[in-house]
Amino acid sequence: MSNLVAYPVLLCFGTGILQLLLHKRVVLQRALALLSSMAGIVLSVLLTYTIWTSGIQVQTAGGWPVPFGITLTADLFSGLMMILAAVVLFTSVLYIFKDMDAASERTFFYPVLFFMMAGVNLSFATGDIFNLYVAFEVMLISSYFLMALGSKGPQLREGLKYLLLNTVASSIFLVAVALLYGVTSSLNMADIAAKAAMDPGNPYITLAGMLFMVVFAAKGALFPFYWWLPRSYYYVPNGIAPLFASMLTKVGVYGLIRVFTLIFVHDSGLTHSLLLVIGGLTMLLGVIGAISQYDFKAILSYHIISQIGYMIMGLGLYTVLGLAGAVYYIAHHIIVKSGLFLLSGATSRITGNTDFKHYSGLLASHPGLAFTFFATAISLAGVPPFSGFFAKFALLKAAVEKGAWGIAAVSLVVSFFTLFSMIKIFRKAYWGRPSGQRIQRDRKDYIAALSPAVILLALSVAMGLGGGYMMEFALATADQLMNPAIYIEAVMGR
Amino acid sequence: MELLAALLIGLLLGVGTYLLLERNMIRIVLGTMLITYGTNLMLLTSGRLKTGRAPLLGGSDIQTAAEGGGGIVVDGISYVDPVPQALILTAIVIGLATTAFSFVLAYRTVQEYGTDDLLELRGVEHE
Repeated sequence: MSNLVAYPVLLCFGTGILQLLLHKRVVLQRALALLSSMAGIVLSVLLTYTIWTSGIQVQTAGGWPVPFGITLTADLFSGLMMILAAVVLFTSVLYIFKDMDAASERTFFYPVLFFMMAGVNLSFATGDIFNLYVAFEVMLISSYFLMALGSKGPQLREGLKYLLLNTVASSIFLVAVALLYGVTSSLNMADIAAKAAMDPGNPYITLAGMLFMVVFAAKGALFPFYWWLPRSYYYVPNGIAPLFASMLTKVGVYGLIRVFTLIFVHDSGLTHSLLLVIGGLTMLLGVIGAISQYDFKAILSYHIISQIGYMIMGLGLYTVLGLAGAVYYIAHHIIVKSGLFLLSGATSRITGNTDFKHYSGLLASHPGLAFTFFATAISLAGVPPFSGFFAKFALLKAAVEKGAWGIAAVSLVVSFFTLFSMIKIFRKAYWGRPSGQRIQRDRKDYIAALSPAVILLALSVAMGLGGGYMMEFALATADQLMNPAIYIEAVMGR
Repeated sequence: MELLAALLIGLLLGVGTYLLLERNMIRIVLGTMLITYGTNLMLLTSGRLKTGRAPLLGGSDIQTAAEGGGGIVVDGISYVDPVPQALILTAIVIGLATTAFSFVLAYRTVQEYGTDDLLELRGVEHE
């Protein structure tokens, strides 16, 4: 029994409630947000360290015996995701202080932000399939609010489409849960996995697996359900765009990896080959979308899709090295992608716009911004010594070892186009004749807006230089994921 | 009974999907509502329909309770499985909140654009 699993969730939830009570005192809300996001990093690191030293942490809510009550279960993968969520929240909060408009800050922005993070953390912590649905909904309903915050026309329009898509996807989620419950009469993921292992050929379980694939593909923006992402993320306010871009779709990816390494592992010839194809198409179509765009934020939005393809590639390969590569890639992507979105925000603070038509040549006046972007961008493309190189290297090695030459080739081509479109941003926005720098801001303001992105870049460099340690951690995580018996034993054998 | 429920679920999901494909915004929102109802009914059916008495057990009964036939059996008397009902309760509340929010969002969008035809709300690239 360890209550540590619940603390990151409770921290975010408690902060949200306190901020709700203080909704007229913006300064106090800001202080709470900063303190809570720092405490979140400490708690999630502590949790992951505990999992590293003494195994998977399980908490049963209300002390009910295991298959009946709700269990919270955190393995290394959950712990890592919670750390990443806390780090991105912390840097986003730093940037939000600079960038959020005052009217939004007064209209319940901070409480809803923390409720969303409570949902995100709960979906990483939960060991119960229905509780996962609830966590998703807590996260989603907060994200609808944040997406529409400010009530500009396009935000409402794209927010409505995002909401409708997710409502339908959530209904399919419930259908899949109902099917699983009907077959196994259990909601506990470890219990379901144990029962599925006793009856490996059951067609209803495979059907539920396929439904889960559709659900998480829709929420994680995978082929063929990725079309909603570029439009809706484009209109998310700059301050929260990093959180949306790096965390929300990754919760879908987390769900996919969780259920397809724990429950639906008995028909991997069908399901995991399908995932491999989906991963390849996702990365290819995402990057093709990206190279067709001429807007900073739009290119980045399309790149989210193509990079989710890499993570699914690791899951589809379904080897220890492949999953380790996927875990490494998720960590790398969350850090670097939030950094890039923060930089796009910092750039549009100078130019008032993200469209390349309206500005160029920021290198002359803002060299710090330009070079931070350059370093983060080549990290995304996978140039050593940044974190992207090692993540892609592990994935590629796993693909070659498995003899999956098709996906290996696709991932290399996509990597090249990623570099191409990152260079395009650099060339259009930072090179050339200086123009379009409409908004004059003082130096202090500029540094404050840039520093969160510099923190994330430093983390990416650290994850690259400490690649050995990071890979060791990723391999241990993948080892746990590949052996569902460890997870089942930790939950059921109590 | 289960067959009847399955047909009803199919009908609700079918009509919901048909409404989703409409261009009118309110019909789409109503479509998601019907789909939500269909899935709630499916959750109920997943615990089998009317397999025994209402699941009101006393303190000592819980000790001897055992699973069987899609429900709970205590001293030879079978009771209905209460879990799906608890799930539906949660799902209904979430569905209510989401539907309410989508109506507000739809209303504000119509106010902003003066149309409820989604074909006209496709939007141009990054205005």
